[in-house]
Amino acid sequence: MTATETPPAAGAGAAGEDGGGVVGQRMLRKEDARLLTGEGRYVDDLQIPGALWMGMVRSPFAHARIGSIDASDALAMPGVRAVFTGDDLADEWAAAMPCAWPVTDDMKAPDHWPVARGKACYVGDIVAVVVAESRYQAADAVDAVVVDYDPLDPAVDLEDAASDRVVIHDDLGTNKSYTWTLSPDPDAVDRAFAQAVHTVSERYVQQRLIPVAMETRGVAVVPGVYGGDVTVYSATQIPHILKVMIAATCGVPEQKLRVVAPSVGGAFGSKLDVYAEELIAVALARRLGTPTRWTEGRSENSVATIQGRGQVQHMELAADGDGRVTAVRARLTADMGAYMQLVTPGIPLLGAFLYHGVYDVPAYHFECTGVFTNCTPTDAYRGAGRPEATYALERAMDSLARTVGVDGAEIRRRNYIAPDKFPYESVAGLTYDSGNYEPTLDRALELVGYDDLRAEQQRRRGAGERKHLGVGISTYVEMCGLAPSRVLASLKYAAGGWEAATVSVLPTGKVQVVSGATPHGQGHETSWSQIVADRLGVDPADIEVLHSDTALSPHGMDTYGSRSLPVGGVAVAMAADEVIAKARTIAAHQLEASEDDLELVGGDLRVKGTPTRSMTLQEVAFEAFSAHDLPDGTDPVLTAQVTFDPPNFVFPFGTHVAVVEVDEDTGEVDLLDYAAVDDCGPQVNPMIVEGQIHGGIVQGVAQALWEEAVYDADGTLRNPSLIDYCVPSAAELPSFKLDHTVTPSPTNLLGVKGIGEAGTIGSAPTVINAIVDALAPLGVTDVAMPAHPERVWTAIQEAQGR
Amino acid sequence: MIPAPFDYRRAASVDEAVSLLTEHGDEAKLLAGGHSLLPLMKLRLAQPTVLIDIGPVSDLSYIRDDGGTVRIGAMTRHHDVAFSDLVREQIPLLAEVAGQIGDPQVRHRGTIGGSIAHGDPASDLPAVLLSLRGTLVARGPGGEREIAADDFFRGFLETALAPDEVLTEIRLPAVPGVGWAFEKFARRAHDWAIVGVTAVLSNGSVGPGVGLVNMGSAPLRAAGVEEALRSGSGAGDAAARAADGTEPPDDLNASPEFRRHLAEVLVRRALESAGA
Repeated sequence: MTATETPPAAGAGAAGEDGGGVVGQRMLRKEDARLLTGEGRYVDDLQIPGALWMGMVRSPFAHARIGSIDASDALAMPGVRAVFTGDDLADEWAAAMPCAWPVTDDMKAPDHWPVARGKACYVGDIVAVVVAESRYQAADAVDAVVVDYDPLDPAVDLEDAASDRVVIHDDLGTNKSYTWTLSPDPDAVDRAFAQAVHTVSERYVQQRLIPVAMETRGVAVVPGVYGGDVTVYSATQIPHILKVMIAATCGVPEQKLRVVAPSVGGAFGSKLDVYAEELIAVALARRLGTPTRWTEGRSENSVATIQGRGQVQHMELAADGDGRVTAVRARLTADMGAYMQLVTPGIPLLGAFLYHGVYDVPAYHFECTGVFTNCTPTDAYRGAGRPEATYALERAMDSLARTVGVDGAEIRRRNYIAPDKFPYESVAGLTYDSGNYEPTLDRALELVGYDDLRAEQQRRRGAGERKHLGVGISTYVEMCGLAPSRVLASLKYAAGGWEAATVSVLPTGKVQVVSGATPHGQGHETSWSQIVADRLGVDPADIEVLHSDTALSPHGMDTYGSRSLPVGGVAVAMAADEVIAKARTIAAHQLEASEDDLELVGGDLRVKGTPTRSMTLQEVAFEAFSAHDLPDGTDPVLTAQVTFDPPNFVFPFGTHVAVVEVDEDTGEVDLLDYAAVDDCGPQVNPMIVEGQIHGGIVQGVAQALWEEAVYDADGTLRNPSLIDYCVPSAAELPSFKLDHTVTPSPTNLLGVKGIGEAGTIGSAPTVINAIVDALAPLGVTDVAMPAHPERVWTAIQEAQGR
Repeated sequence: MIPAPFDYRRAASVDEAVSLLTEHGDEAKLLAGGHSLLPLMKLRLAQPTVLIDIGPVSDLSYIRDDGGTVRIGAMTRHHDVAFSDLVREQIPLLAEVAGQIGDPQVRHRGTIGGSIAHGDPASDLPAVLLSLRGTLVARGPGGEREIAADDFFRGFLETALAPDEVLTEIRLPAVPGVGWAFEKFARRAHDWAIVGVTAVLSNGSVGPGVGLVNMGSAPLRAAGVEEALRSGSGAGDAAARAADGTEPPDDLNASPEFRRHLAEVLVRRALESAGA
């Protein structure tokens, strides 16, 4: 059964019929015992006797023609079984590597083959594959493969690439892949700017980020002994999508394919993809008739796995005399990297509708040009398009505040969408489901002691102190719970946005939940157990959640885009409700009562007013199993399967505030305090929500202060290792002050919204706004991310004319 | 990444380590705590074909009071140096510096001898050694010799140790009550310093000694600062000479210009903190 209509929100809490209270509890996660005691089973842990290991020969040049490849030395090394080049494998592919989102009809994209043929287009591009008996032998043999490269001038800088000085893909004739525009009323935008009392016009750079999941990627493909079936174990977020794509690209009959994501050690979007190594492993496992596997190294991961962000943004605001924004004009140049991966061209567009964010803006223009560069391809990274939008907007709002002469909190209050305007029809064409922004600002300011901070800031300024205090604010809204399938169709995204769930009560009364979501740290086994426990009145320990294996969970659209709870969790709740409805029918028949006279209390179906006339859920399940006496029209087995296609995105929101101290003499920025007040509707497990927010904040703060993938002019990544790709540790950060409001979504029966990316979406501009706030008296108006000490110090020197 | 292939040998004594070094020559490297060498091997920036593990050498881990000199065995772990009562009383600068190397895991494996023999200008301990004008003791096939700190660091990752010598002991003057300071400017708590300063004021026989971290291709002292202090300059004037004679590196963390500026700021702060 597919449900596309939804009843109005149930409101706070998602209690079952008997008002059960597991949802909303900080229940300890069912996943943790095994993960924390080393019982997780990641791809690299799998014991596969007889498996051969792949090692990838990767181009050290960002742009080069590939000449001869001499594998003779490698083939002579111990344990080496074979070496394959791009030409050797040309016949393995039924199709080129997929891009699931051709954003415009005229989008230009090169054919992307798993092993490069003719030309290498980024440092890390695979040019040959070594197969050996051990991972170590493969690594040594990789060094022995001699490739004759003819290096070409690379296009590394985004704006240089956009000039087409060097064209990367000869058959395209340009590096510009597409221009996508959202401009409902261009005249209104022009008028607003012409009539504006205040304008802001700024340029920001979204630097490339390396996702740094704790587990690097890996894949192991096991061909069946008979019959042509193929099992793919991959550190992936998307086993269902990957299965379809492997069938299409490698020509494996889809019904013979099984894809399993075992324990997956984080992803943040970087495992939302179809990677060359996965496809090569499938091709070679079938060709060699042997299990074939690969585990990525850390420095390898930095170039071989997609990177995040990569934009140059031109952001303009038009405002009236009171600082009320009358128009937003956002123009992006977005770095695709060398090739399109699965969602590459669409990532910047996921933010396209949000460059006015929480503000009631009547005129809007967004355009984005995607440009190829000779760097690692970009794709989804926590927030995917929305952190970029929030950054540009929240930085610009602070600039507007300075122009108008009010503080950052006040400019926002003047512009927030009022709470009585929801559902809100935005100028960009979205319907925000629910929102109430100002209370999050009030509470966040209260948490940091805003008035005292301003007083202390004034005192320090008066005393000429050289450690400057700054406060930065960011209020965000984001669109997640990907997504109504019809909306995806209108955007030309190839897949759908529904999610599937099956709930079964087994004959002994235990419960099995099958979910199409693919958790890789999110704690779905716990959250889905809480939802089902409340509805069915069973103990969460008696519920097993099956997922991440296409043999166990054949239907799903996987986990990304903060979709699993608002789409997948809702599907689980709906399936549980259908199970209850079926149980009622069976119990009513067997108790000779009407269904309306039955209530489900603590796992028992009983006749109201006569509690001795009852059946336990387990008894009903056994009756359904034995089918000795089922009412006409009721099929055996107490189970229900639901697919839920959400009617809208969901729109979590919040306000974050950062407090920094900037040392004028060294440029050092110390993050003293950080408050986050977020609203994702009712919270199924507040501890899990807080964990998501903590992690999300750290990644956004990391972009502001520490992380950047640094490329030199040759297109070589200068910091592939964690020695100098600066992921912050807990020692660098204060304890965050978290609070929340609860504004349910009317679009699903749990009233829930996603929260996985919200922390990252809100946080980066908060920190930069705080630094600029601290240094405003010195004349500093901008510091590029990451705001490392030399950058901050240089901004001060330049502002002071030194 | 995975290191290039290598053979592994264990040495149960210094003499055994020396004879293995003599046998294998340039192809061999000593393995102490491993936290300088192993990362280089994983990146294949170092590819010794023989690793000689001196972890089992138990008699190189000690901290001894030798009446005015503190003698520390080369295999003493950073953690033990940092928490030693003797070091905290007699050379508090050393305890402080050892306690800020890397993170707890690094401090429980890394050794003072390994760090100094590695000769990295970005390491903190060489700067301490230079500030205090300590002495190194090395043993080779020909016996034992002493090397003054000022003669020890020859270039980038290059020390006065011969390929067949084992650094066995570090000797530092006891300086209880002498003003000292350590400024480590790093992006994250566990990072190498972008610029670091170790300072020991004069007590008549020792000091002033100011060591610089990450201001050149080898560990070095701020000779200009020391000269200014000896001629009576205050902290500010002495600090103005922090970058004299230095060639700071240009890398992802900082430009040479910024390092020179940081050196001045950090030297001034160190001297003020030490009581100059």
